[in-house]
Amino acid sequence: MADVLPGERPQLAPPVDDTGPLGWVRKNLFSSWGNGITTVVLIVAIGWILSGFLHWAVFTATFDAKSGAECRGHGACWALIREKYRYIFFGSFPYEQHWRPLFAVVAMLAMLILSSDRRMWNKRLIAIWGVGSFVAFLLMFGQIHISLGLILFVALAAGGLGMILRGAIATPGELNGWRALAAVGALGLIGRITGVIPTWSLAIAPLSYVETGLWGGIPVTLILATYGLVFAFPFGILLALGRRSNLPLIKGLCVGFIELIRGVPLISLLIMASVMLPLFLPSGMTIDKFLRAQVAVILFAGAYIAEIIRGGLQSLPKGQFEAADAMGLNYVQKTTLIILPQALRVVIPPLINTFIGFFKDTSLVLIIGIFDFLNTANQALVDPNWAGFPGEVYLFAAFIYFCFCYSMSRYSKHLEIELNKGTRR
Amino acid sequence: MATAAQPKQDLSHAPSVITLKGVNKWYGQFHVLSDINLDVKLGEKIVVCGPSGSGKSTLIRCINRLEEHQQGNIVVDGVTLSNDVKNIEAIRREVGMVFQSFNLFPHLTILENLTLAPIWVKKMPKKDAEEVAMNLLKRVRIPEQALKYPGQLSGGQQQRVAIARALCMRPKIMLFDEPTSALDPEMVKEVLDVMIELAREGMTMICVTHEMGFARAVADRVIFMDRGEIVEQNEPEAFFAHPKNERTKTFLGQILHH
Ligand SMILES: Nc1ncnc2c1ncn2[C@@H]1O[C@H](COP(=O)(O)OP(=O)(O)O)[C@@H](O)[C@H]1O
Ligand SMILES: [Mg+2]
Repeated sequence: MADVLPGERPQLAPPVDDTGPLGWVRKNLFSSWGNGITTVVLIVAIGWILSGFLHWAVFTATFDAKSGAECRGHGACWALIREKYRYIFFGSFPYEQHWRPLFAVVAMLAMLILSSDRRMWNKRLIAIWGVGSFVAFLLMFGQIHISLGLILFVALAAGGLGMILRGAIATPGELNGWRALAAVGALGLIGRITGVIPTWSLAIAPLSYVETGLWGGIPVTLILATYGLVFAFPFGILLALGRRSNLPLIKGLCVGFIELIRGVPLISLLIMASVMLPLFLPSGMTIDKFLRAQVAVILFAGAYIAEIIRGGLQSLPKGQFEAADAMGLNYVQKTTLIILPQALRVVIPPLINTFIGFFKDTSLVLIIGIFDFLNTANQALVDPNWAGFPGEVYLFAAFIYFCFCYSMSRYSKHLEIELNKGTRR
Repeated sequence: MATAAQPKQDLSHAPSVITLKGVNKWYGQFHVLSDINLDVKLGEKIVVCGPSGSGKSTLIRCINRLEEHQQGNIVVDGVTLSNDVKNIEAIRREVGMVFQSFNLFPHLTILENLTLAPIWVKKMPKKDAEEVAMNLLKRVRIPEQALKYPGQLSGGQQQRVAIARALCMRPKIMLFDEPTSALDPEMVKEVLDVMIELAREGMTMICVTHEMGFARAVADRVIFMDRGEIVEQNEPEAFFAHPKNERTKTFLGQILHH
């Protein structure tokens, strides 16, 4: 130690025990006899299972085969996936047109990924979703006919909403614009209903028409889950607000609806939507099966989302409501400017967790004969040429579901941290 | 102290802005306000005190209809309070309120907290609202905090923001519900100073507080409440020097000798 200058401390290596990878192992895996034995047993068990799996899935697997017969006697038959993946991904959509559902899926994923960035959470996002959804559905359908009635209805709804939401702060000019829009919509609708204005529709038909019965696979699962939640979300907000309403009728309706939906399994709702609903409709009137399933998913998700949002509303201190009231804000202003922004911030992470559940729950639509991703995977097994390899197909389907759900789960964690960082309470 | 017994201002010709006649309110069986009669003149400053649970908050919250009274009549600025939402909103535009726990909106900046009501309720253009807000922030001496969020401010600063927020609506009347009791002692003065300034400018104020120095400095009248009743009221010097009622004496004994 003589060559150490005064005032300087010799750089001694830390005790070997608890640093470095070896130290970590010793501290965490072999800290005691019991701990050590558990570690060894588990490692052996995991190794045994893993080697068995790899033996089946990789070393003895068949990646290339003309039919299932060639796979027999070997390990995993991945050739089946190779043969069937187009069907599993896109169902019965005309084969040579598969680029359409592919781009529709890309569009939807792009919208979802854009929406995941907090900096994008503004009015532009609504426009992005409007355009993106239109493109996605145009790709899927190939042709979209927008009837005059629908256009007029949208004009009326947009004008009405503009008058309500912007009424308090819009300039007179803007307000008159909303009024004019609503008036045109209302008058036009009256004209349509009374028959003064003839029926007409705007046809956008760049591609061949593909009906929903032929849709299948990933786009179906994505559409059901995404639009199920896009519509269930505002619906859930309204239900949650209604549940807190002072008006007994509205409150009763909302409570009744939420409890009713939460009291039955999604399957029974889907079956009701597919089997019973047509019985109530006037003869000659049909509603697309896909649309019925979509509505059932929306109603179901809405009830659950309502309960989550209610939790967020309850977490707000009473003083926030009182301060808003005392300023003279009306109910709509108080709710949209003060209450919801705070309540939603609280419930975003639990909401995303429910979204993960709903993404998987959409697979139940196979019960009513809609070919979502799990169902197309199922159908791939039916081919007699390739019979007898359910494990491979379900493993593949599980892997795809896992990719989606795991990314959502990671996102939820990330967002939770980010939102907590931003709490300024 | 020769002028001590003199009233601070002559209000005998001032018009009434708040009138309560025979107001009663119950929470279930509990009689929280019993037969309250009160007449507040334009420009008058009233301090309300009394033991906890005596109904002080309930009384002032009835004035802007945060609570509903069940019997009697409340007239504010010529408008009789009823269930009519239009009436309620009209009154709330004229009456500012400051709460014990500030109740700033945590998701909005200080400036947005201030401009919210002028923009949405008064439909003021945003730029004008921001100008008004900045002037008021200067008046409460925190213009430099305008772009921060409430959580980044101290309690005293938050309460001053809350006062400025209420003033943004240019109210005729200000209600204060124990504005300093949630504050650390060293911050009480900065809030009281702002309130005293406001009083000097002639604002009509009803203030629930136990700050007796404040009452002496600005109040025209001190009201003592107990068990839902107005037990005694007088101008501050007389009220503190010669309380008449036994309950008032006990209460004053408790708060002045602790
Ligand atoms: N929403 C309510 N329901 C039932 N009792 C209440 C409610 N609000 C206040 N009270 C009761 O009314 C009494 C008066 O309350 P309050 O006006 O807040 O008193 P103070 O402000 O003088 O302390 C208290 O005893 C309180 O418990
Ligand atoms: Mg109180």
